[in-house]
Amino acid sequence: MIDIKDITKTYGSGDTAFQALKGVSFTIEDGEFVAIMGPSGSGKSTLMHILGCLDTPTSGTYHLDGKDVSKMSDEQLAEIRKDKIGFVFQSFNLLPRTTVLRNVMLPLIYAGVNEHEREKRAKESLLSAGMVESHFLHKSNELSGGQIQRVAIARALVNDPSLVLADEPTGNLDTKTGEIVLGTFQKLNKEHGRTIVLITHEPDVAEHAKRIITLRDGMIVSDKKHQQKIAHLHHEAQTS
Amino acid sequence: MKLKDTLEETYVALSANKTRSGLTMLGIVIGISSVIALVSIGQGAASGITSSVQSLGSNLLQISPGAQRSAGGFGVSTGRGNAETLTQADADAIASQVQNAQAVVSEVSGRYQVTAKGTNTNTTVDGVSPDYATVRNVSIDQGTFITDTQNSSYAKVAVIGPTTMTDLFGADEQAADAVGQTIRIKSMEFKIIGVTVSKGSSGFNNQDDMIYIPTLSAQRFLSGNKYLTTIDVQAASSDSMTQVEDDINTLLLARHNISDPTKADFSVLNQADLLSSVSSISSTLTLLLGAIAGISLLVGGIGIMNMMLTTVTERTREIGLRKAIGAKRADISRQFLVEAMTLTVIGGVVGIALGAGISLGVNYTGLVTTSISLEAVALAFGVSAVIGIVFGWYPARRAAGLNPIEALRYE
Repeated sequence: MIDIKDITKTYGSGDTAFQALKGVSFTIEDGEFVAIMGPSGSGKSTLMHILGCLDTPTSGTYHLDGKDVSKMSDEQLAEIRKDKIGFVFQSFNLLPRTTVLRNVMLPLIYAGVNEHEREKRAKESLLSAGMVESHFLHKSNELSGGQIQRVAIARALVNDPSLVLADEPTGNLDTKTGEIVLGTFQKLNKEHGRTIVLITHEPDVAEHAKRIITLRDGMIVSDKKHQQKIAHLHHEAQTS
Repeated sequence: MKLKDTLEETYVALSANKTRSGLTMLGIVIGISSVIALVSIGQGAASGITSSVQSLGSNLLQISPGAQRSAGGFGVSTGRGNAETLTQADADAIASQVQNAQAVVSEVSGRYQVTAKGTNTNTTVDGVSPDYATVRNVSIDQGTFITDTQNSSYAKVAVIGPTTMTDLFGADEQAADAVGQTIRIKSMEFKIIGVTVSKGSSGFNNQDDMIYIPTLSAQRFLSGNKYLTTIDVQAASSDSMTQVEDDINTLLLARHNISDPTKADFSVLNQADLLSSVSSISSTLTLLLGAIAGISLLVGGIGIMNMMLTTVTERTREIGLRKAIGAKRADISRQFLVEAMTLTVIGGVVGIALGAGISLGVNYTGLVTTSISLEAVALAFGVSAVIGIVFGWYPARRAAGLNPIEALRYE
């Protein structure tokens, strides 16, 4: 469960200080699929960095699974990222010249999981992200854009995180491939109860989530759920 | 992160850029191999020089006559070694009175024209007492060395060196055939009783171009006086050399009635002094060669750092990704450090092999007998590992210190 209260983030100081977030509060329950939307400059990237424990807020609190992570050191944050968060980025998601399997195992290598267990979990994760076994030993540079994002999703899931954080995951994909990737997220949310936070600037992409938080100038301007749309889109994804 | 995983990551990273990794390693290979090769050549040369000094005889002291001065405060000096001050009595006194003087050899040497069977040569004829063979490490190839009886009976016998034999009897002459033949020195016939084993030249003397005859025969037939040109004293051990030298000085000053040691009419050459100065020269030489090779090792190390810095810049986004998925600073810095160390250690091993190869090659040519010391190998290997740590540390720290957000955005 994510609980953030009055988060602000200021870059620089004095005359050049810039406040990217001006007091943002919300909670996300386990099993939610939330899209955080907003145009560029709205503060959504800053929010994503804080949610992903890549950065700490200037003020306010952030509780992840009941633990206050807003005042943690770099090393403690690395520990949280390793155990509780799975990332899917827009680009450069996989290590180049490395097999699909090894890419997915990477978080487990840092977590010190043994070799046998690692491989088992990576394979499970890849299958649930919709990859076929024949691709497991392909090098990352031999994959298509859609496949790369699915491997990235598998990697994000492999350490069984509390939160999957996707930053413009379809930004580099064509519409059709993007739909497939978003469908994968929906499936994971619906069937496996994964908590997913999707950062995007495209309303079409945000519509795939069950809840949309819209940011503008560092503040939340709307926060609404739309169940029907989801059911409809999910149906479409399954039939296509 | 376990070591095995780190090594796997390292393998993937280094094999991704084989040419660059290879060229970087080449710098270390050249550095290490030149350290090994040059130091082994230096040490080989040093031990060669030392052993040729030692082949003169071990624990040796040589007493030579000093300069002869005519009477008066400003007497004319004839130069060191020309005075006729040493006698057999001096030699006997040293043998009987100086403690730890194990063997005393009296020598009368001079250069004479020597003829045999119509050929002739000019060589050193050394009148020596029988102990000479043991004191100066002279071994006999054929026949025998001079005996006490031959010395005391003024026998006209000679032992010749292999070079002299070739000069007199031609290159085809066998040592066994030379024994028993007759040579003429200063128109007197000497019978060859032995031929020495080749010792090689040392410094300015060719120890193989020599004729040895008994001391007393040399005094009676060649020099015509009772003086000696050299007294060789062998000390019982290397520790007693200083004591023997001091005692000889005291004894001879007393025997020659000289009260002021600076006016001594003889001088004592201590082999230990010669050895120590020779070995200090050769160790300086080895140090010099090592220093030159060390510079190339340093350049190789800077090459490693250069490559690692380039790699860190190139892989900024990868570092950002690794950090995002849970790699700690220590994981990242260890990975880059291990990459740098792998390059230097592999380079070091190849360098040691190459250096040993060069050293053996030089050995094969016969110019210098090289010796690859375990210390040099251990040192070179240690240095290459240290270079990996030192020159890998800075790039690794830079990589570990990257901010994951900025690293991920890096274009």
